[in-house]
Amino acid sequence: MIESPVEMPASLIDITIDGRSVAVSEGATILEACATIDVEVPTLCYLETLTPFNSCRVCVVEVEGSRNLVPACSREITPGMEISTESARVQGIRKTVYELLASTVDMSLVDEPTKQAMARYNVDPDRWGTWARQHRDVKIEDDLYIRDYDKCIMCYRCVAACGPDAQNTFAIDVAGRGLSSTIATEFDIALPDSACVYCGNCVGVCPTGALMFTSEFRMREAGTWNETEQHVTTTICSFCGIGCNLELHVQDNRIVKVTSPLDHSVTSGHLCIKGRFGYSYVQSEDA
Amino acid sequence: MERDAIDRVLGPPDSLWSGAVERSAVDDHVAYGGFRSSQERRHLLLPALHAVQSDVGWVSHGALNYISERVPVSPAEAFGVATFYDLIATEERPARVAHICDDIACKAAGIDDVLADLTERLGESGTTIGSGMWRRSPCLGQCEKGSAAFVQVAGGDDVSVAPVSVDQVIEILSVDEPTSHVTPTSPVIGTSLLNIDTASLESFQNEGGYTALSRALALGPDRILDDITASGLRGRGGAAFPAGIKWNAVANETGTKYVICNADESEPGTFKDRVLMESNPFGLIEALTIAGYAVGASTGYIYIRGEYPIAHSRLSSALDSARQAGFLGADVAQGGFAFDIELRKGAGAYICGEETALFNSIEGFRGEPRQKPPFPTQAGLFGRPTLVNNVESLMNVPAIVLNGGEAFAAIGTEESKGPKLFCLSGNVGRPGVYEVPFGATTRDLIDLAGGIDGDLGAILIGGAAGAFITENDLDLPLTFEDTRAHNIGLGSGVVLVFNTDTNMDDIVARIAEFFAEESCGLCVPCRAGTVRQKETLIRLRTGGTDTATELNLLSDLDHVLREASICGLGQAASAAVQSAISIGLIGEPA
Ligand SMILES: Cc1cc2nc3c(=O)[nH]c(=O)nc-3n(C[C@H](O)[C@H](O)[C@H](O)COP(=O)(O)O)c2cc1C
Ligand code: SF4
Ligand code: SF4
Ligand code: SF4
Ligand code: FES
Ligand code: FES
Repeated sequence: MIESPVEMPASLIDITIDGRSVAVSEGATILEACATIDVEVPTLCYLETLTPFNSCRVCVVEVEGSRNLVPACSREITPGMEISTESARVQGIRKTVYELLASTVDMSLVDEPTKQAMARYNVDPDRWGTWARQHRDVKIEDDLYIRDYDKCIMCYRCVAACGPDAQNTFAIDVAGRGLSSTIATEFDIALPDSACVYCGNCVGVCPTGALMFTSEFRMREAGTWNETEQHVTTTICSFCGIGCNLELHVQDNRIVKVTSPLDHSVTSGHLCIKGRFGYSYVQSEDA
Repeated sequence: MERDAIDRVLGPPDSLWSGAVERSAVDDHVAYGGFRSSQERRHLLLPALHAVQSDVGWVSHGALNYISERVPVSPAEAFGVATFYDLIATEERPARVAHICDDIACKAAGIDDVLADLTERLGESGTTIGSGMWRRSPCLGQCEKGSAAFVQVAGGDDVSVAPVSVDQVIEILSVDEPTSHVTPTSPVIGTSLLNIDTASLESFQNEGGYTALSRALALGPDRILDDITASGLRGRGGAAFPAGIKWNAVANETGTKYVICNADESEPGTFKDRVLMESNPFGLIEALTIAGYAVGASTGYIYIRGEYPIAHSRLSSALDSARQAGFLGADVAQGGFAFDIELRKGAGAYICGEETALFNSIEGFRGEPRQKPPFPTQAGLFGRPTLVNNVESLMNVPAIVLNGGEAFAAIGTEESKGPKLFCLSGNVGRPGVYEVPFGATTRDLIDLAGGIDGDLGAILIGGAAGAFITENDLDLPLTFEDTRAHNIGLGSGVVLVFNTDTNMDDIVARIAEFFAEESCGLCVPCRAGTVRQKETLIRLRTGGTDTATELNLLSDLDHVLREASICGLGQAASAAVQSAISIGLIGEPA
């Protein structure tokens, strides 16, 4: 395949966002179009490095002429589209969507923007009661990462990362149907017995803390996890010649977590077991 | 035994495939809505699961691993697919499992008493007794019979028993030979279907069968498309989309295309497609063949729900006969056109009737809907342009081809053309499928069906995804335009009558439960919202909480379900509940 050395500029489409006219490249999603004029739309299941699964629906916006609200993260813009991102209709729906989520799963460890959005929409999960909340024990099957599906919002990110979007291992998938569906290996066997190769990419994309490095989990249990005291050092992984960017999260002179920047051209945020978990060797040599 | 069943579907293991745990290369990546890569044999996953289920009664870990190896697909993905379906068990089950309908039409006909008796004698739903077990089931599409059982028989043929009594259930679960207490299907009024011997192609031809195909081959695709457009035929599967637009859209695409007959019929209260397939299997095959010819597809699929064993076996033998007689194959009716049909069986999941979920199900993925756009006519099955039509929609095609589109359009009303089948069930004198020209009112239909048993309480139009009406609306013509103006949907043609003896709280609760159990779980509004709706209704019934607060919650759920759900299941999940509230069936302070 011969790739054209010069990227052809995409043609521009005129649309309206919250009353403002903008010209945006053809093929952009509503979310991308909003970003060009700094209009913020909340997202949860969406991650720029993964194919949108549009399962969470917190990103819905109003599009003139459309009967239903549409997901901004995956809907492409069309000429003349008139979009309202914060109409009363949109806000009401977002409030209920967050409430439905928060009344079924534990969202205490979601990211800051999500917490802010939930406050902005006056999210009150308690008005739904707690009948539908399920309790599942935290799965601790190895020293590398834990799975706490009481925090899982079924965003499918880990499945995508383990499957065709990154790792191509397909160790986990959604099992069951409806509210009782869950992320699982076959017959829910333990990870060490499954096809999992411990790349940790699922952990890297999980937005809720349902998947967590065991180091972090243990420190949180012990009450010693403290992000304000952590600093991040960027380095290049030395295990092989590919050159993956690593971000080492260090607290009290110990590496407590390894991530990779989403926008890094080599990794798109994904790593392998050596880069992700190899630091334990570095540290044991130190000790 | 498990391996034999699997090899029957996947062929004997050979050096190429056996032990091939490596994932196939990404080259055969098909671009479509979902993010998954497609593999060449993945579409055989569900048939392989069916084979083990049918021979052994459940899919063990060993069987799943063997299937995964042979397809190949990762075990986690195969498990995800197996656990999506009600009729595939991943925990050991006895050899005979009787699924007994406890859904709305059977409730109106008194199934709750039968189930109470059954529970007393055999234990709760899901209890194993000897080599058998009974389970509660959503609507089995036998609503005109008033009670229904679908029995999975490991190592034998599944059977359908309707109506069914407690004694029969006990007999079926304990005897060795599968018995077939099969009641003949109800007549379809106004057609000559009753005269056809469903096992005989000759009998079908004697009644005029395959003359429409001959005429189609003489007319050529363009004139057929014109006739379909002129006929004004709208889809009978629930969405009422104009058939002409879809047929032309697919015909205008190039390359490999597919036609699919949607025979998943799982909307509670709907059984017309079952009756059509049981009484005229060749007719459906002829219609789908014409569709394939008109849009330029050489492969068709009939996706039939797993709970229709009689229709399945009749279609399967009709397909064999048609193939032998040259009506399917490399040169259909010597018209120089190649076409064949594959019969695919669902496995207990209402959502697989949604067309994009149906594609995923055939392809061997979990039956979750895809995002639209792209629409099926652009990128459907295996990412190719695909025409999907309901059984009843297709059954109108031979008449359109034979008599012309205009003749068809002369029947019915301004926007609703042709004849329409209605499923009358519940408390009427003679439940069954009734065919009338569009324009008939609910009252006309109830009269046809022998009137109401008892005093009229309410009528459910359109199924679980539809709405309740009362006495005041009896003269509403059941057309697309009139029902739309009244803010109710015609859906799949359900007219389910409840008399004043029926406990409507129960009926509405069962509808809410249906959606909670059938939600695929992909999107939050439906996954959590359907369960919250069910819970709120329970609180409303039990009392002790503030009615206004609960109604407010139901209204919020209604909004989020309609506005933000991905597919029609979630979007319609609150319709019947809201209509029940609006006409005062439920939610009135006691
Ligand atoms: C949850 C759900 C279930 C459906 N089930 C069926 C079904 O069982 N049979 C059917 O023909 N259409 C069903 N549909 C409608 C199909 O998506 C599709 O519109 C139809 O098959 C198109 O055929 P038609 O145009 O001939 O009606 C369902 C839709 C939804 C949202
Ligand atoms: S660690 Fe890697 S291989 Fe294992 S489940 Fe997560 S993404 Fe899949
Ligand atoms: S475990 Fe995390 S990434 Fe996976 S579905 Fe749940 S919330 Fe999403
Ligand atoms: S609306 Fe319901 S059935 Fe449809 S995709 Fe969402 S969860 Fe699945
Ligand atoms: S962020 Fe768009 S649906 Fe989840
Ligand atoms: S078969 Fe019982 S409601 Fe349809």
